[in-house]
Amino acid sequence: MINEIISMNGYGIYVWSAFSFTLICFAVLYAVIKLQLVKEQLKFNFKFASLTSEKIKSAKKQEIYREILANTSISKI
Amino acid sequence: MFNYFEPNKIFSITSKAPKYVFFIFILVLSIGLVEALVLSPEDYIQSHSVRIMYVHVPSAWISLGIFSIIAILSFGILVFKNKNFPLIAKSLAPSGLVFNIVALVTGSIWGKPTWGTWWAWDARITSMLILALFYMIYILAWRIYEEKNQANKITSIIAILGLINVPIIKFSVDWWSTLHQTSSVRLLSETSIHTSMLVPLVIMTAAFALFSLLIFLMKYNTELIKIKNKGLDRL
Repeated sequence: MINEIISMNGYGIYVWSAFSFTLICFAVLYAVIKLQLVKEQLKFNFKFASLTSEKIKSAKKQEIYREILANTSISKI
Repeated sequence: MFNYFEPNKIFSITSKAPKYVFFIFILVLSIGLVEALVLSPEDYIQSHSVRIMYVHVPSAWISLGIFSIIAILSFGILVFKNKNFPLIAKSLAPSGLVFNIVALVTGSIWGKPTWGTWWAWDARITSMLILALFYMIYILAWRIYEEKNQANKITSIIAILGLINVPIIKFSVDWWSTLHQTSSVRLLSETSIHTSMLVPLVIMTAAFALFSLLIFLMKYNTELIKIKNKGLDRL
């Protein structure tokens, strides 16, 4: 059964390489986009931390800044 | 109507959605892989090589769909000057290009056992290659042009020009004599593919669509935070 799934009557090499290529492409794209997102979030955090308390107050009045801060964590997807 | 697409209003959704989309994607992909690699039957002519269809066809459909959406949004950018459409279009492009490349490469792998060649300058394959070039030019244009209005205008023109290629891809198998067979799955008339093969094809298409949604959401959030980073400098 396992051998049959792997060899697929001699077509296994084509089928498995097509599926592997697809999944590798997915993993690479996900990793690249995730890295870009984390990089921007870290840059945002760094800039936000360097603001004066008055500027922080004015930024926090805007909902989107609060959302970005709330969702900034490396462990999150 | 376009106010619903305001980044400030939808960020609370787009920032939380990726984790849920990711888990649904993993679940649907797992079911799809079992269906495609184990449960679906082999073809009476192509034998097991037909299984490549379950990654090749959804990839081609999604890359075409994404480019069409980008072109429609681009039309909206030029006509309505909507500020969020460029952000959405730009965020859709990376997954569209990757799906286009997957369709070309898996098609090439499928071509070897089926047609006896890795590549042929067949109308469908050539037009898909042209689509990949349009995707690359589109993404490059976003990188090259730094001035916002100029970038919006040039990328929109590229996408609208590329849209001409979409019906050519779709109807290439009807207009020219190609190695590809005519469509087996049709929305408006009877589908000629057996249910045992249609089910894994639909599940894999759903999984791939979820993956492109996931990538879109992550890229969209990245672009939005990038803009807000610039906004912090102006505070």
